Amino acid sequence: MISITLPTESQKSAHIRLTLNGEETDVSFAPYKTLLEVLREDLGHTGTKHGCELGECGACAVLVEGKPVLSCLLLALECDKKNVLTVEGLGADGKLHPLQDAFADMGAAQCGYCTPAILVTAKALLDQNPNPSREQIRQALSGNLCRCTGYQQIFEAVEEAIVRIAKGNVSIEGGPSPSLQPKIPSGRLRDE
Amino acid sequence: MSDRGEMRVIGVARRRVDARAKVTGQTRFADDIFLPRMAYCKLLRSPHPHARIRKIDTSRAAAHPGVYLVLSGKDLPIEYGILPVSQDEQALCVDHVRHVGDPVAAVVAREELTAFEALDLIDVEYELLTTIADPEEALATPEPRIHDYGEEGNIHKRVSLEFGDVEQGFAEADEVFEDIFFYQGNTHLPIEQHASVGIKDPEGKLTIWSSTQTPHYLHRALAKVLQMPPGHIRVIATPNGGGFGGKSDPFNHEIVVAKAALLLDRPVKICLTREEVFYCHRGRHPVLTKFKTGVKKDGTITGMHLQTLIDGGAYGSYGVASTFYTGALQTTTYHIPRYKFQGCRTFTNKPPCGPKRGHGTVQPRFGQEVQLDKIAEKLSIDPADLRLRIAESSNAVTANFFRLSVVNLSECIRRVVKNSDWKDKFRKLPEGRGVGLACSAYLTGAGLPIYWNKMPHSGVHIKFDRGGGVAVFCGATEIGQGSDDVLAGIVAEVLGLDPFDIRLYTGDTDLGPVDLGSYSSRVTIMAGNAALQAAERGKGFLAEAVAEKIGVAKERLRFAGKRVFDSAAPEKGVTFAEAVCLAEARFGTIGAMGSYTPPKSPALYKGGGVGPSPTYSYTAAVVEVIVNPATGWITVPKIWIAHDIGRALNPTLVRGQVEGSVYMGLGEALMEEQEFRRLPKKLSHALVHKFPSMLEYKSPTSLDMPEVMTELIEEPDPRGPFGAKEVGQGPLLPIMPAVANAVYDAVGVRIDEVPITPEKIVKALAEKKAGREPRFGPSHFPHVDWPEALRVPPPWEGGDGHAVNEAPRPAKGSPEKEKVFSS
Repeated sequence: MISITLPTESQKSAHIRLTLNGEETDVSFAPYKTLLEVLREDLGHTGTKHGCELGECGACAVLVEGKPVLSCLLLALECDKKNVLTVEGLGADGKLHPLQDAFADMGAAQCGYCTPAILVTAKALLDQNPNPSREQIRQALSGNLCRCTGYQQIFEAVEEAIVRIAKGNVSIEGGPSPSLQPKIPSGRLRDE
Repeated sequence: MSDRGEMRVIGVARRRVDARAKVTGQTRFADDIFLPRMAYCKLLRSPHPHARIRKIDTSRAAAHPGVYLVLSGKDLPIEYGILPVSQDEQALCVDHVRHVGDPVAAVVAREELTAFEALDLIDVEYELLTTIADPEEALATPEPRIHDYGEEGNIHKRVSLEFGDVEQGFAEADEVFEDIFFYQGNTHLPIEQHASVGIKDPEGKLTIWSSTQTPHYLHRALAKVLQMPPGHIRVIATPNGGGFGGKSDPFNHEIVVAKAALLLDRPVKICLTREEVFYCHRGRHPVLTKFKTGVKKDGTITGMHLQTLIDGGAYGSYGVASTFYTGALQTTTYHIPRYKFQGCRTFTNKPPCGPKRGHGTVQPRFGQEVQLDKIAEKLSIDPADLRLRIAESSNAVTANFFRLSVVNLSECIRRVVKNSDWKDKFRKLPEGRGVGLACSAYLTGAGLPIYWNKMPHSGVHIKFDRGGGVAVFCGATEIGQGSDDVLAGIVAEVLGLDPFDIRLYTGDTDLGPVDLGSYSSRVTIMAGNAALQAAERGKGFLAEAVAEKIGVAKERLRFAGKRVFDSAAPEKGVTFAEAVCLAEARFGTIGAMGSYTPPKSPALYKGGGVGPSPTYSYTAAVVEVIVNPATGWITVPKIWIAHDIGRALNPTLVRGQVEGSVYMGLGEALMEEQEFRRLPKKLSHALVHKFPSMLEYKSPTSLDMPEVMTELIEEPDPRGPFGAKEVGQGPLLPIMPAVANAVYDAVGVRIDEVPITPEKIVKALAEKKAGREPRFGPSHFPHVDWPEALRVPPPWEGGDGHAVNEAPRPAKGSPEKEKVFSS
């Protein structure tokens, strides 16, 4: 048997400076670590999740220089001087981003595990194309698996966020918003 | 119960109470827990599907720098398992491994990578045994036995039940249909990998956080294996990043980190890799089903005989219950006057199967609904009309003694027929395009707990604060389905508050009363009814104190808008917080308890414990498909579904459950497949998982998901809280057969096997072209030595729910009795 001795985690010999969610951040870590691991383990940003750590599920997506990347496939060492955005950096001034707000209202988050990655991926889409079609939304999110929702409420939430952003709507965070009706109504609602 | 006409929360589509945590990434899943001095655990898993462990030497691993502890089978020898009748697992295999991935040792180290490395330093000597790949091999290969318990050889469980003389039923039929179907196994694939963190708390007791759907059952398993008083163990179910049934068993990794934390006196974490999640499995059983059904010319069913052969995998898990479930619910959708069911589960050397969404009822539902499509065609009756003729009605008692409550199956069928323009499409679309229809029923909570007891299935404690705050404590487990929102919504409705005002403490065995867990679609009805009772009781204290204070009869008081007031003169009243203070001054500290126990079932025969439910949900679906006859490729442009929900407590979440079920059903119908292959003989001929990865285990992406039109049928069910029935599982069931029926409508071939892949369609089309039976599917059902059937006369033949040929059973509560009941 070949025995390979890798550097251990406590040997934080690598060091980078990145802009994490708008904040200049220095971090030291073991050089083999992925951005995902450094975010979660060395920087305490556990909002970014993992479902396979092999680049298959999309749950670990973050934005690097505004583009969605799978943080489980990216060495943290490659992120020196880069701009990284995670779910923790989506809201501003204590308010939710319109995408977060719409996801909450429209039932787009069930277990919530794939949600952070889908949110940042959707943000990258809207940053590039403020008015995407349903088909473009489907394409943009096709690398993010969700096992709960069947995706429909996610698509609708992205579309709702587009409307809210266009209206200059800021967050209505604070409490539940009973005013929103689902777009595809229940039988009872249909008859009304 | 609150006045339904004036409900402010129930029935309103609204943001779930835990939504903010989820969209900000603040929901703390098990692997998000990082504690000071925390060590990491990894498991060494068997590379062989079936072997004896001759020798295990952990000394090199234990000496590796950074390793704190190495455990092997001898450290945790006590057997456990979810069902009292199948205590057949060991946290680390002692002398026998039964599938690739069975754990044999554990390493705990300062760093995860060190633990990984040290796994290579454990020396295990295996003696390879004959591998059993499927039920037919299991029946033919009694030795070597995978387990030394069960019926005989490698047969885990055989059941045989007959409700009325089914041969008489066939004699009275105008036509008798016989069909064999195969439903391939598949897995839950939650995006969250299972994770657990154990600690020895400062008092010396054990706390474990884990991604489990059943903290109460894990609590019991830990107490048994660790030989600790249950009162010294605290299980906290972290919100599950998807469950779907896959986190319902007590797992070896949970027991291992608990033991390691106790030995090391420091926190120990494990997070499974995706490959390991595939080895945990407990997913859909592969099942071969054989249906023999007699019908009159008008479609009336005269009798049905169902046989199921079930591939259980390497352990018992929920399998005994699964076996009964493969024959339980056939009678709940259509009237079947005489019914015979025979089921057989075998052990095989594959990861253990267990409960996945629709538990055990999905596979026979596929066969039943496809066979009905064939019957309708033969009798020249529209399949929707056929089902409307034979649909069960409210308050019926079925041949196998399940008492139905509100049944709106017919209404579901009418709605999907109308919404999909069924009458204009069925057998009328151009070649290559078709529609299919199917229906289903599902439990709203299992009528019996997993271990025999007379205690409530769910309890809720509500605490009232002087400031007007309300805290709800309950064992219910949030797995994404919205159990927290159900509790908050019900309590808020009763007390006239906003759901956002309610604080929730759930899934914690120390804080809340027992709830049996998030399985069998039981939380809404059971925890919901317990919450309703607790809230009403608490409200009673407040009402009495307020009535006294403002001089109004308490019956006239109304709780709404965070106030308690005279319904005849709304300005006369107090704030909710004042009401709590008045009640506390009058009665002392205010709290209330509520609990729920399902009604007694009339199914008194042995095996009648699986299938009864307080009420059943009903679903109908129409699927449209486009099939490319050259490639067999299936595209699904649209699905119409109607679900009999009783009442939608929060329509936003209900719709999500319906569409999520449709999605998962479509995955099972078209692509999801837990497949195995044998290595070449010159290697070891071992049975290995074909693709333990998310890339190769295909599941639908956002590009595969069609538009879904969801309609809810709301007639409140008296058994449900505010009339609510289940929604998390039922809507999955009709999708697979509806796809198969639509493929037949599109290209005229029967695919009697799930998943329905392009390859199978192309093969069936070739058969059709060659003038042979245009079909792909199994053609034979292996011989099983069935035991003598328990004969239970159905209600209309004067039956009382007992079997006429059953040996007297010991009294309830005895150990023997405990074995009879299961999920």
